[in-house]
Amino acid sequence: MDLQIALLLAQDGITNGAIYALLALALVLVFAVTRVIFIPQGEFVALGALTLASLQVGKTPGTLWLLLGAGVAVALVDLAQALQRGGRRRIPRIIAWNLIYPALVAAAIFLLKPTEMAMPLQIILTLALVVPLGPMIYRLAFQPLAEAPVLVLLIVAVAVHLALVGLGLLFFGAEGSRTPAFSDASFNLGGIVINGQTLWVVGSSITLIAILYLFFERTFYGKALRATAINRTGARLMGISTVMAGKLSFLLAALIGALSGVLIAPITTIYYDTGFLVGLKGFVGAIVGGLASYPVAAAGAILVGLLESYSSFWASAFKEVIVFTLIIPVLVWRSLTTHHVEEEE
Amino acid sequence: MQRAILALFLVLLGIAPLVLSEFHVTLLNYIGLSALVALGLVLLTGVGGLTSFGQAAFVGLGAYASAYLTTATDLPGWLAWAGGSPWVGLAAGLLLTAVVAWLLGSFTLRLSGHYLPLGTIAWGISLYFLFGNLSFLGGHTGISGIPPLELFGLELKSGRAFYYVIWVMLLAAVWITRNLLDSREGRAIRALKGGTVMAEAMGVDTARSKIIIFLIAALFAALSGWLYAHMQRFVNPTPFGLHIGIEYLFMAVVGGAANVWGALIGAGLITILKQWLQDLLPKIFGASGNFEVIVFGIMMILVLQRARDGLWPILARLVPEARRSSRAVPQGQALPKKAMPQAGADILEVRNVFKCFGGLVANNDMSLTVRAGEVMALIGPNGAGKSTMFNCISGVDLVSEGEICFLGERIDHLTARAIAHRGMSRTFQHVRLLPAMSVLENVAIGTHLRGDKGVIPAMLHMERTEEQRLLAEAARQIERVGLKASMFEQAGSLALGQQRTLEIARALAADPCLLLLDEPAAGLRYMEKQALTELLRRLKAEGMGILLVEHDMDFVMGLADRVVVMEFGEKIAEGLPEEVQSNPAVLEAYLGGVE
Repeated sequence: MDLQIALLLAQDGITNGAIYALLALALVLVFAVTRVIFIPQGEFVALGALTLASLQVGKTPGTLWLLLGAGVAVALVDLAQALQRGGRRRIPRIIAWNLIYPALVAAAIFLLKPTEMAMPLQIILTLALVVPLGPMIYRLAFQPLAEAPVLVLLIVAVAVHLALVGLGLLFFGAEGSRTPAFSDASFNLGGIVINGQTLWVVGSSITLIAILYLFFERTFYGKALRATAINRTGARLMGISTVMAGKLSFLLAALIGALSGVLIAPITTIYYDTGFLVGLKGFVGAIVGGLASYPVAAAGAILVGLLESYSSFWASAFKEVIVFTLIIPVLVWRSLTTHHVEEEE
Repeated sequence: MQRAILALFLVLLGIAPLVLSEFHVTLLNYIGLSALVALGLVLLTGVGGLTSFGQAAFVGLGAYASAYLTTATDLPGWLAWAGGSPWVGLAAGLLLTAVVAWLLGSFTLRLSGHYLPLGTIAWGISLYFLFGNLSFLGGHTGISGIPPLELFGLELKSGRAFYYVIWVMLLAAVWITRNLLDSREGRAIRALKGGTVMAEAMGVDTARSKIIIFLIAALFAALSGWLYAHMQRFVNPTPFGLHIGIEYLFMAVVGGAANVWGALIGAGLITILKQWLQDLLPKIFGASGNFEVIVFGIMMILVLQRARDGLWPILARLVPEARRSSRAVPQGQALPKKAMPQAGADILEVRNVFKCFGGLVANNDMSLTVRAGEVMALIGPNGAGKSTMFNCISGVDLVSEGEICFLGERIDHLTARAIAHRGMSRTFQHVRLLPAMSVLENVAIGTHLRGDKGVIPAMLHMERTEEQRLLAEAARQIERVGLKASMFEQAGSLALGQQRTLEIARALAADPCLLLLDEPAAGLRYMEKQALTELLRRLKAEGMGILLVEHDMDFVMGLADRVVVMEFGEKIAEGLPEEVQSNPAVLEAYLGGVE
């Protein structure tokens, strides 16, 4: 390996690592607020990328049906609850968010000819379609189990992952998709060609991380999420709704996932099941941070990206074996260094 | 009634291949193979509380080991003797799986809480990719031309013949699993779910129990893989991926992970449903693919939301249970007892112990002694550090500085288990018992160190004499503390005061010479308190040393021979009950100073 290749691999590793870092942040956020180990995080990457690809080739993305269906399901559950427990004032909001909003998105897709839109508009449409799925999934799968042990929530997360992978196959088929790059520009830096898309990925990741930082430090909702993460009961006593916190954290996770998908779709071909492995690599990063520290998680994720890129050069067939076997020592280290309070059943 | 249903089930299983079509026999074969893996998960996840998504990888190890050995034409010299025979393949597969599982287990079982299932996902993926990328295992195309099983000179090529092999092995596995759970080792395994602190304090080696169930689950999976390889006579990596591992876990959870029969129900349900959905869904959607995972995922969410214990408990409720009163109190020869130390001898000496949690000093230069045949009471306001002192003495926490001697031996560096072994037994301030187990079984956990029969005799039920003696001992202690009427009730159904009394019986079942009781009278009614006082007096007369933490002053002052008072982690007074009661420092600690 000469320097040229080493730098190229580093570029690759950092690009992927930036995506893993975003996912790691989302995983830490969801775990801290809801105690859910969000295995389906990666599915949002695939759904985001494939939805954008569908819009660009003029197909109706299958995720639209999912949004409409999940909206109806949430509306039914919430309406039943509102009628039973006397929350009639909430009814207009329930209908607006779960029935009217998805209908508006559908209307936009059918009436506005997405193929002729500029790419930023296509991306906004994609996010408008995919991101609301996050809170809806929280409402349907996790909210009824909010007080369950972490292990039960983990099994539910795995179940949601399975269902979403199956739906992904149903909506988008087994063929992969790639979307055009945001820019064709490339730069020559001391003999290394740096792709425009790489800069987009790294730049957007850093921007997003900065925005998240400001969100958590400066806004009321960000502080509410942090409070819930530190002490659920305490936050609740201060009038912060844990349901709201859960939905908000899933909304952010879905946003980060879908945006990551949009960012890497021009770099690698995305299949309906690509998300799982991408998400798990974000996980490795998150675990390095003990599912608690954002900066360490992000650093760990970059490390995973580099490790993956170098091992694909030396032993490409064993790339996944190497990456996933290396979690085990990290897990052992983590579980030895974190003080573990026994969870009683 | 239950026996009749079991007999009917076995008869139906026996005649099934004679009357069913080839297709249905094959389906039953697949159910049997999956049930074997799910059974391992019942033991591991449902009973032991360790969640694994990676079992499919062990199935793969069993399948690939035999597939490789029976088909390879270029085995290296040292392995050549093992080629050709499926039975040698089975032995090799089990051995390989045992080694891999032991290695993975010794790393990943140390992981706490949710890190363990994440670890199983990691090695589940690793092994899957390894199968697909090793050229001598045929890569992603796999290995074909695997020879069929031969039994008594007969080649088992048909599904009908294979049916009996699978189901006999499965039923044997069910039998040994049930036997194991109903034994001393089984109680140790079931105690894992209540947290390791209690089990270790009763002398259970929890790390060993964990690795045992991990190995058994892995070996069941490997056996299933071996059967699969020789039934299918072809293997490739697909059925050993993470998604199949997840499916196995779903089987156990849907069926009811706490019971062996749950594995069979879950495997049956999911396998049949999968078959049906794989036919139906592609027709509905007009495309091919594994769409059944959508239904499985949604089903799983609903099961966990509505019936977290799975289907088995719902089905079991339909069958009337054998009447409680008809159960006989276990009888058996008394167990040998340790010799009690000389009355009045110092059995426990705590010298200048410090315990710090970060900057907080919970125990500051604490010293106390307990003599054989006396009740020593440790009292003090809330937060004085009494329970911390208890945890240091019993080995749940390590002291930061200082010495603790028990029967003349330094124990401050020993584990809770080793200390229990030396004759100290304790109860907990926050009751730690297994609510779903009977009072008798809970108390029998206390006898753990008084038996020595291991896993293999337990699986074959060859340890019944010892088991009877242990249960009889537990029954005696239950009678002694006055819980005889609820011996076969679920421990979780008792009132809190009775649960505390149960803990005393459990501690006594260990045959201790020093008893550590953490607030034994809390939640007891007046009459019960009197009975407890009586019991402790009798124990004292027999030469037992008792160290007591208690808030009920009437109870303490009527019972204790000596009292140590703690406040803010320090000893502020020590002496006879009357002396302590009039000590100004104590009065100030309890009632506040006079300004």
